[in-house]
Order: sequence, then structure tokens, then C-alpha cells
Amino acid sequence: MGVIDRGIRSIFLAELVSGMALTLRYFFRQKVTLNYPYEKGPLSPRFRGEHALRRYPNGEERCFACKLCEAVCPAQAITIEAEPRDDGSRRTTRYDIDMVKCIYCGFCQEACPVDAIVEGPNFEFATETREELLYDKEKLLTNGDRWETELAARLEMTAPYR
Amino acid sequence: MSEQQIKNFTLNFGPQHPAAHGVLRLVLEMDGEVIDRSDPHIGLLHRGTEKLIEHKTYMQAVPYFDRLDYVAPQNQEHAFAIAVEKLAGMEVPPRGQYIRVIYAELGRLLNHIFNICAYAMDVGAMTPMLWGFEEREKLMEFCERACGARLHMGYFRPGGVAMDISQRLIDDIGEWCENYPKFIADLETLLTENRIFKQRTVDIGAITQEQALDWGFSGPNLRATGLAWDIRKSQPYDVYDKMDFDIPVTKHGDCYDRYLVRVYEMYESLKIVKQCIERIPPGPVACDDHKFAPPSRANMKQSMEALIHHFKLYTEGYHVPAGETYSVVEAPKGEFGVFLISDGSNKPYRCKIRAPGFAHLQALDMLSQGHMLADVVANIGSLDIVFGEIDR
Repeated sequence: MGVIDRGIRSIFLAELVSGMALTLRYFFRQKVTLNYPYEKGPLSPRFRGEHALRRYPNGEERCFACKLCEAVCPAQAITIEAEPRDDGSRRTTRYDIDMVKCIYCGFCQEACPVDAIVEGPNFEFATETREELLYDKEKLLTNGDRWETELAARLEMTAPYR
Repeated sequence: MSEQQIKNFTLNFGPQHPAAHGVLRLVLEMDGEVIDRSDPHIGLLHRGTEKLIEHKTYMQAVPYFDRLDYVAPQNQEHAFAIAVEKLAGMEVPPRGQYIRVIYAELGRLLNHIFNICAYAMDVGAMTPMLWGFEEREKLMEFCERACGARLHMGYFRPGGVAMDISQRLIDDIGEWCENYPKFIADLETLLTENRIFKQRTVDIGAITQEQALDWGFSGPNLRATGLAWDIRKSQPYDVYDKMDFDIPVTKHGDCYDRYLVRVYEMYESLKIVKQCIERIPPGPVACDDHKFAPPSRANMKQSMEALIHHFKLYTEGYHVPAGETYSVVEAPKGEFGVFLISDGSNKPYRCKIRAPGFAHLQALDMLSQGHMLADVVANIGSLDIVFGEIDR
């Protein structure tokens, strides 16, 4: 670029004009923003969102309190207590997840040998109080029941890769 | 009239200032509008990561590395994974290495997009930020499709990666790589020749090569002074030794050159990603020694031995032979190192983290002296400072 050329470009604000022309072109392009919450972006089947405890198809809860998730949780957000049930099977009496502590690393669902605790596709579980985020077993099982069809589909889709 | 002594004015910059890139608190001693001394106060985001890691098994420590430099989490995990692999003598299968290199380079792109755009906004250009976040969104979707999290991936594990990725995802990344240079060209149209941007950055915060080495610079900030130093070339890890790429350097070491180096590095990163996508072999993604990496889920549900390994790995973790190592990766910000001492148990005895941002922030005082107040902002932006890794 010679001195004259550079001088002309400088006087006529060439780089500013070309920049503005570019932004003007962008102005007429299709918008990329989504009108959340009415529109949402795609989620992959691996997305790690709100936790859920799943049941077997016959309604029996899957978790048998092996406490692998409790042991592996880096944030120590999971608390489990277990006792033998009346029919002699081992089940949890308490399964709490402190969603405030949780870092959504997905280690619990990786550790679970029976796919009982999973991280589901739901990311819209903001609450007004902190107490509502201290999930207990009942809340987690309700989540499992509500999302079961999607959870099962997600597990099936990711199974070949895990 | 007798001569009067005028006291310097002390100005508090941050920690809630949007140009402070997080929680940087600067105490600036001003002589009029000229900086006499700038004193960074750090520690507002200190979480005790190094100490916490001493109480976690090697696998549990991985998510902590995401939360250091949260703009490019992959590269931090990479350093830790390599450190543990060195100590334990794990072999990472080729596919695992290729996936890690792809995601490490996507992390570099994530970081450079964010840095260039945030830096441009600091010096007055609003538009790149809006465009850049669209590209970052696409990259984060690739991260989410690989591991389930957009940002804090927790994907690189000692011994490989957590899960295999589908061919469709690899193809999509390849397609994105074809379109991405268009975005860099648009970005350059707005910034590279722009006179406002140049007035704010050229000859601001210039540093010579010797000074940069004395202050412990690394990464793009060092390459902007003309030294072609890149750990991916000098001490290649994973499959970087098989990759064909160049190290961009510039000469002046000022804010503008640091911007240019980052722009050119994005092209080099794209080259690496494309080569990986061409060559990625099929096969396992994590080491096959189930004392270190968990067996596949299908295997775990069939075989008693695999189930025992699974239980041992997710409760006790694995024991790493006693020893110490310092392993480094070329993180987007510079040399990110992990000094790991193992005492033979399932938890690290000590994990010292060498964050590039810490060394760069030290030089801020030297870079800013004699410049105007507004140039401090350009300096902070061009040094690429993220507080997650500085405060740890």
C-alpha cells in the first residue's frame, strides 16, 4: 500500500465506511436470537440438567442405596441413608441432593450402576427460596416420574457411547 | 507565592468495574490523568482450589480445573490429565488423544473469541461482542454434545476422555470450521484497520522481549514480542507433534500486536482442528486399564469383574505411584502448568497450579506506568486476564 493510497483511504475514512457497511449488511440478515421462553435452542441427549430418580417399569424404585453417587460427588451434595425395607430389600430412607452445592459434573449418573440417579434435560428449575433447592427423595422421584419418557430415550441414545 | 506540593490522587478501579474482567481491584495512583503506579489487589475470587484438590480423588479433581480459567475450561483439564497420566504411566489411545486435541483447540477458539471481543468492547467497539457470542454459542453447543455441559465440561479424564463422540458431531465441527474464517474476516474488517481501535491500542503497553521473559510472560503475550515460543511445538503433548501448524509472532509487543497474534492463532487452531477431523481414527477413547479408567457401562452390567472395578473407581478412586511431576500445556492464555506430588495414595499430596494470568497481571504496573487512565483498560483487556485462574 503506497503513501498516496494510504492517504486517500485515510481521508475518505475507508476502514470506518467498510466497517459500517458490514454492520449494515448484518442488519438485514436473518436474526439469530431466540424468543426465550417461547423458543428454545436444541439440547443434546447428553445435557446435564436437573436430577431425577428413576423407577423400574413396574413402579419399583431403582436406587438400592449403594451410595456410589454419594462417594463420588466432588461437592458432597448428596446425602443417603438406608435401611432394609419390610420385605427385606435394601432401599434408601433418605436421598437428599443439595442443588445449591451441586456442580452438575455428572459423576453421579456415571457412577450409578442401575441408572437410578440421572441428570435430566430440565434446566428451568429456578426457585424463589433457597430451601426449595434442597431436594429430597420425594421431589427427585417426582422428577423421575415426570421426565421418565425423555430420560429413557436419552439413556438409549447415549448408551452406545458410554 | 511559595511552591505547593500536590499530592497524587488515589483512584480505586473495580472490583465492580465492567472493564476489570471479573473481580480485579486496582488501586491507581494518578498524577493528573497519568498513571504513576497501579497496584492490583487480588484474591476476591479465591476458593482454595489447590487445597480442595488435596482432599479429592484424582477423578474428583477434574471439575475443579474447569473452574479455574472458565473461559476455556478444556485446556486446564488437559494439563491435569497429562500430569496424572505421567505419574501413573497411563497410555491414552489415539482416538482419545485426537478428541482431546480437537476440544483443546475449540477451547482456544472460545478463549480468543471472548478475549478479542471483550477487549474490543473495553476500548469502545460494541459490535464484535454481539457477533462473537454467536460463534461462542455454536462452540458451546459442540461442548454440550460431547459431554453434556456447555462450559464446565468435566470431559478430559486422566487416561482419555469421558465419552466417545459421534461421527455426526465430528462432521458438524468440520462444517463449522469451513464457515468460521468468514467470521474472523468480518471481525478484522471491524477492528484491524479501524482508526479508533488503533489509536487506543498501538504503542500502548509495549513490552520488549527481554522484559516479557523477565516478567514470566508466555502464550500470545510473549509471542507478540517476537519470540516464537509455543509449548505445543517445543514440548508436544498428545498428537500435537503430528500436526502441521505455524506459530504466529509479531514484533512490537504492544496491545495491538497482542490482538493480532490472537487473530492469527485462531486460523492456526482451525488448521489443527481440520487435520484432527481428517485423521481421527476409530477405537477406544480411554485407556483400557480398568484400574484407572472405568469399564464401559454395557460391560459393567454384564461382568462381575468390571462391576468390581467400577465400584472401586467410583468410591476409592485409583492409587497413583509416589512421585512428582510438572506438566504444562499451551493454554490459550499461556503456559498452564500443574505441579503434582503423589504420595502413593488415591489423593494428590500437593497440586500447585501455575496460572499464566497471574504472571501477566504482575506486569500490569510496569505496562501502565506513564500511560493514561483509559489505557489501563486496554492493557487489562490485551493481557487476557481471567480471575478464576489468578485467584484459584
